[in-house]
Amino acid sequence: MPDQRKKLVEVQDLTVQFGSRRHPFTAVDHASFHIYQGETFGLVGESGSGKTTIGRAIIRIHPTASGKVLFDGKQINGPISRELDREVTRRIQMIFQDPMSSLNERAKVDYIVSEGLYAPGRKISEAQRREMVDKALCDVGLLPEFASRFPHEFSGGQRQRIGIARALIMEPDFIIADEPISALDVSIRAQVLNLLSQLQKERGLTYLFIAHDLSVVRFICDRIAVIHKGKIVELAESEELFAHPLHPYTRALLSAIPQPDPIAERNKKLLVYDPACHRYSETNRPGWEEILPGHFVLASREELEEYRELL
Amino acid sequence: MGEQLQNPILSIEDLNVKFTLRGQVLHAIRGVSLDVHPGESIAIVGESGSGKSVFVKCTMGLLDANGQITGGAIRYNGMDLTSFRTDEDWLKIRGREIAMVFQDPMTSLNPLKTIGKQIQEAVELHQGLKGAAAYRAVLEVLSDVGIDDAPRRYKQYPHEFSGGMRQRVVIAIAVACRPRILICDEPTTALDVTIQTQILELIKAMQKKYNLTTIYITHDLGVVANVADRIAVMYAGDIVEVGTCEEVFYDPRHPYTWALLSSLPQLGVKNEPLYAIQGTPPNLFHEIRGDAFAPRNPRALKIDFLERPPMFAVTQTHKARTWLLDPRAPQVAPPEHIRALREKGGNPYA
Repeated sequence: MPDQRKKLVEVQDLTVQFGSRRHPFTAVDHASFHIYQGETFGLVGESGSGKTTIGRAIIRIHPTASGKVLFDGKQINGPISRELDREVTRRIQMIFQDPMSSLNERAKVDYIVSEGLYAPGRKISEAQRREMVDKALCDVGLLPEFASRFPHEFSGGQRQRIGIARALIMEPDFIIADEPISALDVSIRAQVLNLLSQLQKERGLTYLFIAHDLSVVRFICDRIAVIHKGKIVELAESEELFAHPLHPYTRALLSAIPQPDPIAERNKKLLVYDPACHRYSETNRPGWEEILPGHFVLASREELEEYRELL
Repeated sequence: MGEQLQNPILSIEDLNVKFTLRGQVLHAIRGVSLDVHPGESIAIVGESGSGKSVFVKCTMGLLDANGQITGGAIRYNGMDLTSFRTDEDWLKIRGREIAMVFQDPMTSLNPLKTIGKQIQEAVELHQGLKGAAAYRAVLEVLSDVGIDDAPRRYKQYPHEFSGGMRQRVVIAIAVACRPRILICDEPTTALDVTIQTQILELIKAMQKKYNLTTIYITHDLGVVANVADRIAVMYAGDIVEVGTCEEVFYDPRHPYTWALLSSLPQLGVKNEPLYAIQGTPPNLFHEIRGDAFAPRNPRALKIDFLERPPMFAVTQTHKARTWLLDPRAPQVAPPEHIRALREKGGNPYA
């Protein structure tokens, strides 16, 4: 059962703030979730919801204001030892959204892919390095001779593969994929999604998949968290979330998925989420409740009763 | 369909476009014909590099300097647009008759001008209004596109708007020209799913209100089911299939349309690999022999590699350029999930 699975990443009460200390802007507001080893965890929300910020806070790009991020049982946010920093830098890797701007235009693929290996403290001979680059390129379905080319010689899908090779060469356990396919054509999307799931099967990778498009997330993710304005509003297994969406924001997101089906589209009712519909007050505060095993929702007492009836 | 009987508002016949790049010739559009009827909305769907953007840019005289129309005709309102040479000619068409909404609202607005001024420019130029009348027209069009508090928004700059709001402004500018045809080039690709639906709804509303003919360009078949009356699928500089929305989704005939539909994650089955089109689109620097999609089509016939198929008519409105429709061809059934789409039609999560 779920509890026996190992939690690779745990995010507890994470808050991330930007701006000056006097006028802070809270980008992530007390987010809590965990990611089991070997699963694909989806984080879905609109732009500005803080989904990317969570990913970046986990990989230590953004400092955290409060809360904890645990990786493999050890706290990795805030000040950590140099050894742990090195370990985390290797074991957590990231794939970026736009393959057109995330690769160094002036470096050859060879360097781009192996840049992480140059980190101090790693002694790797040139021959070893070449071998690793060749292998990483083969793993993502590119040819080893591509190593001597520049990024502009590749198509969008190939560039995204280079981005994936760059992450793989570090032999990570956990990959944060930040909208890895949003900038790609539909036909290329399928190739990259398949590559990601194939790599997961072969190496037992764990993914945090950040996206705004629920249809893609449903296809690839085991569990999904929906985030709105820095707060996680619902979290469930993906089929459960699609079968019983409870929070009005989740329902609005689901209703917006475009269907490749003219009749369904014509009958579609678009739901619009209005945060005022909650009627929260001092006495009627929302809490993070587990309404079914594994299905969490942000709701007040009253709402919880309403949601129970929906199930 | 009543529309089909009317004369087309825009008629493209056997259009050929070539680009010259470093002495090499790229054949970007290879003999494309398409009729656009007044009041309809048509979607042109294809991968990047399929020539869909080049195709519509021809109708506005926006081809890059190294591109040239080498054959065919674009008939609009009794004129042949391919004969236009100077910018003066084009100014009669651009914006006034045919307006365009570009993909990325972050880059298509001028960051140094207030959005009110940018819309007013179009109003003054195309509606001939001045001063207070122009100002009032701007406020009106702003509220038309769903931007509240128009007098305050008038004075704001593009950076003060979110992505979706900026796209509304771009649409406002296009509509303020009072065009007859509105071309939307990937209007929602840069936007979130929720905003995407709102923008598509807005374009639909504008189409109704101003009696526009709309042409959508997109790479994502998933988004056009809601907005298009007809769909044209483009591949390697050619329209390979055209039909009404229902015909293309429920009864596609070209293997490329099958492949495009199959690769949509909405249709994927969990824990199974998603169908992915193998290989890459053909290099248009070389001459293409036979069916351009044949090398990527696992079930291509021999003749697909030898001779270019003609357009076969399936119904009066539905045509496809594939040898599979030749009476002599073997019966090849579409892939399973395409048939499934037809059966569960209208029931998204069945």
